[in-house]
Amino acid sequence: MKFGIIVFPGSNCDRDCYQTVHAVQRQPATYIWHKETKLPKVDCLILPGGFSYGDYLRTGAIARFSPIMKEVIPFAKKGGLVLGICNGFQVLTEAGLLPGVLMRNSNLQFICKTVSLKVENTSTLFTKRYAPSPLVPSAPPVPLGHPPRQAGRFPSRGGGRVVVKMPIAHGDGNYYADAETLKRLEGEGQVVFRYEGENPNGSLASIAGIVNKQGNILGMMPHPERCAEKMFGNEDGRKLFESLVKG
Amino acid sequence: MIAKVYITLKSGVLDPQGKTVQHALESLAFNEVRDVRIGKYIEIRLADADQKVSEKRVKEMCEKLLANTVIESYRYEIVS
Repeated sequence: MKFGIIVFPGSNCDRDCYQTVHAVQRQPATYIWHKETKLPKVDCLILPGGFSYGDYLRTGAIARFSPIMKEVIPFAKKGGLVLGICNGFQVLTEAGLLPGVLMRNSNLQFICKTVSLKVENTSTLFTKRYAPSPLVPSAPPVPLGHPPRQAGRFPSRGGGRVVVKMPIAHGDGNYYADAETLKRLEGEGQVVFRYEGENPNGSLASIAGIVNKQGNILGMMPHPERCAEKMFGNEDGRKLFESLVKG
Repeated sequence: MIAKVYITLKSGVLDPQGKTVQHALESLAFNEVRDVRIGKYIEIRLADADQKVSEKRVKEMCEKLLANTVIESYRYEIVS
């Protein structure tokens, strides 16, 4: 699978993404400068984190009009895979490729820490590998007439509910959409990642990541590329890239 | 001609900056303060043109770039 990583002025996670897809996942990858007007032949585009155009006016608002976006938008609309991480997510919402908007964190602070995330949908092209392994033994059924099992004896997998840890690092991650959009997102299984436990930034319904209805565009505030190999001490992001690469 | 554009968060959208400033004003005994909304003010110098045409163009600027109408509302005035 060939990856293209869009580089805006102010992108600062482009190299992390390159490292993950190229060195860890062993896939061909190429940087694409925002001034380019043609996309090379790629299977998946990554819009990396950073502070494109210094976050001037609104995060992602200027980057959304970069020359390369004229190519990214039709690529995405034709079903090409697009992954927007952090600032990349903000650019995707500004470009109208994903619904809603990322507002200033409710505590007005830049937050940089590792958070727990619930993977709400493990059947997307980006998250399949998070699906609980069928090889993991689940609790045996309770025979009829026996008292219900005590909670905590067997780990609950709650019907494919998986919790992972990933770092976040953003000042504007407070997801907002109108009530109708939220209802649609929830109803169609488009909420892919949700903050588990504490909601760090005030995000609506604790949303941390969403896909479009067709399932080929994912935007997320947490950084899977910062936890995708052993050396980082956390590999929870690795499966996202493996889902794309290995299917 | 100058276009003066004012952008604020829509009324239903929580404005944490505004709330913080409101509380600060209250703590300074400005007890009459009921609400504070913080926004952006943008001044755009325009080439002279027909007022109606300029208004249409500035509205386009707001819709396309200056405001994100999912959460923000805008208003503007054009002065010569």
